[in-house]
Amino acid sequence: MSSAPAAATQSAETYDDHIVRLFLMAAAVWGVSGMFAGVLAAAQLAWPALNFDISWLTYSRIRSNHTFGVIFAFGGSALMGTCYYVVQRTCHVRLALGGLARFTFWGWQLAVLLAMTTMPFGITQSKEYAEPEWFIDLIIAVVWVSFAVVFFATLLRRRIQHIYVANWYYGAFIIAVALLHIVNNLAIPVSWTKSYPIYSGAVDAMVQWWYGHNAVAFFLTAGFLGMMYYFVPREAKQPLWSYRFSIVNFWALISIYMWAGPHHLLYSALPDWTQSVGMSFSILLMMPSLGSAANGLMTFSGAWHRLRESPAAKFMVTALVFYLAATLEGSLMSIKSINALSHYTDWTVAHVHSGAIGWVAMITMGSLYAMAPRALDRPEMHSKRAMEVHYWLHVSGLLLYIIAMWAAGAMQGLMWQATNPDGSLKYSFLASIAATHPFYVIRFLGGLLVLAGMVVMAWNLWHTAGAARLNQIKPIIVPIPEPIPEPEPEQVPPPLPARG
Amino acid sequence: MAHDTRPLARIEQNVGLLAVVIVVLVSLGGLAEITPLFMNAHTVAPAPGLKPYDALRLAGRDVYVREACYQCHSQMIRKLRFETQRYGAPTEQSEVVYDRPFQWGSKRTGPDLSRIGGKYSDAWQRLHLLSPRTLVPESNMPNYPWLEKRKLDYADIMARMRVLRRLGDPYTDADITAAYEATKDKTELDALVAYLQGLGAPAKEAP
Repeated sequence: MSSAPAAATQSAETYDDHIVRLFLMAAAVWGVSGMFAGVLAAAQLAWPALNFDISWLTYSRIRSNHTFGVIFAFGGSALMGTCYYVVQRTCHVRLALGGLARFTFWGWQLAVLLAMTTMPFGITQSKEYAEPEWFIDLIIAVVWVSFAVVFFATLLRRRIQHIYVANWYYGAFIIAVALLHIVNNLAIPVSWTKSYPIYSGAVDAMVQWWYGHNAVAFFLTAGFLGMMYYFVPREAKQPLWSYRFSIVNFWALISIYMWAGPHHLLYSALPDWTQSVGMSFSILLMMPSLGSAANGLMTFSGAWHRLRESPAAKFMVTALVFYLAATLEGSLMSIKSINALSHYTDWTVAHVHSGAIGWVAMITMGSLYAMAPRALDRPEMHSKRAMEVHYWLHVSGLLLYIIAMWAAGAMQGLMWQATNPDGSLKYSFLASIAATHPFYVIRFLGGLLVLAGMVVMAWNLWHTAGAARLNQIKPIIVPIPEPIPEPEPEQVPPPLPARG
Repeated sequence: MAHDTRPLARIEQNVGLLAVVIVVLVSLGGLAEITPLFMNAHTVAPAPGLKPYDALRLAGRDVYVREACYQCHSQMIRKLRFETQRYGAPTEQSEVVYDRPFQWGSKRTGPDLSRIGGKYSDAWQRLHLLSPRTLVPESNMPNYPWLEKRKLDYADIMARMRVLRRLGDPYTDADITAAYEATKDKTELDALVAYLQGLGAPAKEAP
């Protein structure tokens, strides 16, 4: 870890935390709005009258505002903000190219704002998680390349010879997302509001789920693992359980994940060999996923009392448990015979949200709670009690949500398969819709609790920043410690502290 | 750490090398899975009787895409007994060669629509799109009343057909000029119903 002894000499250079604060505030705003769109969409599935016959408020238009809002606006802002924070701390250097870094902030906000104001008006490619039309995709590509330039330029300026593992994950996230975004969005525009993809039919399906799955892999996993590898040891106040293991998992994770996309298309018209390859790699994926989760959890080994002291640590540990559970479940769901039951049902929705509300949102919230006071030069968050309230709102909402959707999904899958003794189908499709209604109501309540928790977090951040805002007349000076002397080669990774 | 001789140590200390290795490793999966399909796409012959969408159906398909119907309706009958029993013959690659973007979907909040064509009358489809619960009280599908009010723009549809021709769809000049007559005074609702009624039709007519 990069924390230097208190007696470290100080360099005249300062960390660029203004950009981190901007992303932090953007994450709070987008978190609330993205989750609000989700709650609205959930309510519309339970009570269709809530579509109000208004085109831009209708479920099919608004759902992508939820997915894009939480993944790219909330998650993206949190990832870019923490990335800029972590890369400076772990390299002991100020962020390179400050102007370009400002551009990545405003460019990203412009792109997500444009996306979220065009999609409800039907300006969409209708490719899941890649909905925005071509002109927004171009802005995203430019911003993303700038992000890569700032990040790698900062790494090049580092004062520590070894590149800390969190940066590997952030680096892989940046490179892979650029590749995925560009390849999947290749299209020929007809007008400002319409384009056709250069791929059609089964090829388009393959490209889209190579993208879709790896948006999960690199946006929602690798990026957030980068966050995890910095903030979990910080919050546990002890080094990673095994540094070497984190590196082994890194190489396994980034090389295996990219092959797993076809498990979204099992039993479909996609050629069989592709389906089998996708399924095999999805099962292999269990290893690095469980490895990363174990490494994070074991980092708390001997420091479990931190769960009592720090709500941020509680968020992180719960996040890791859900990462473990969701990746295990994902590998199982990619097995063809299980997928036959789960695919196209709400089980998929349960799985996604166990990953998204459980893993992604909670590691983000834990990390933001850990980072915000430091980036805002405050001793701690404004209210610890509010963090506790947020934790319990979030966890109870999460459990209500996923249990309802698991039950609904398993029920739908079984109803669709059920046959009478004479071999005819037992249930009409409509019967499964009617049977799902109560679960949609429970899911809505779960989502409402998660949203309420997010509002509490935004309130808490606002007041934490409020105290800092008073000091904003002079910039917050954060001294950069001089690099610690490199350890001898035999000590890499450094020996674990003795445990009592 | 200059003395560090572990095999991977160089990667851990060199940003350029680290980035290159990452690029190589993340490219392999896509290259292996996408390239063969992309290179062989031209060998997938369209299903017998399958033609590029005519002007009205293309306009309808683009309405379907704009409203993001795929979020609740799949167009992929999987090769599973209970699926073919409910929806008909499995969807083949050859049936979707003109689909940009593909509309297989990932979630069935409503039923699969691959072979919905001809299952209900035009009048049923129209009313169902405008007000689903009038016909199916348990449905949770939204109403789409604005489709009835919006007229089609033939110039836009012709531009779309030209772009699709550039991408390889075999439209003739006559197909494109026919768009004017085919879409004149038609609403988005007419177009969407025409699209839905054509779904799965070639496979049914095939010998």
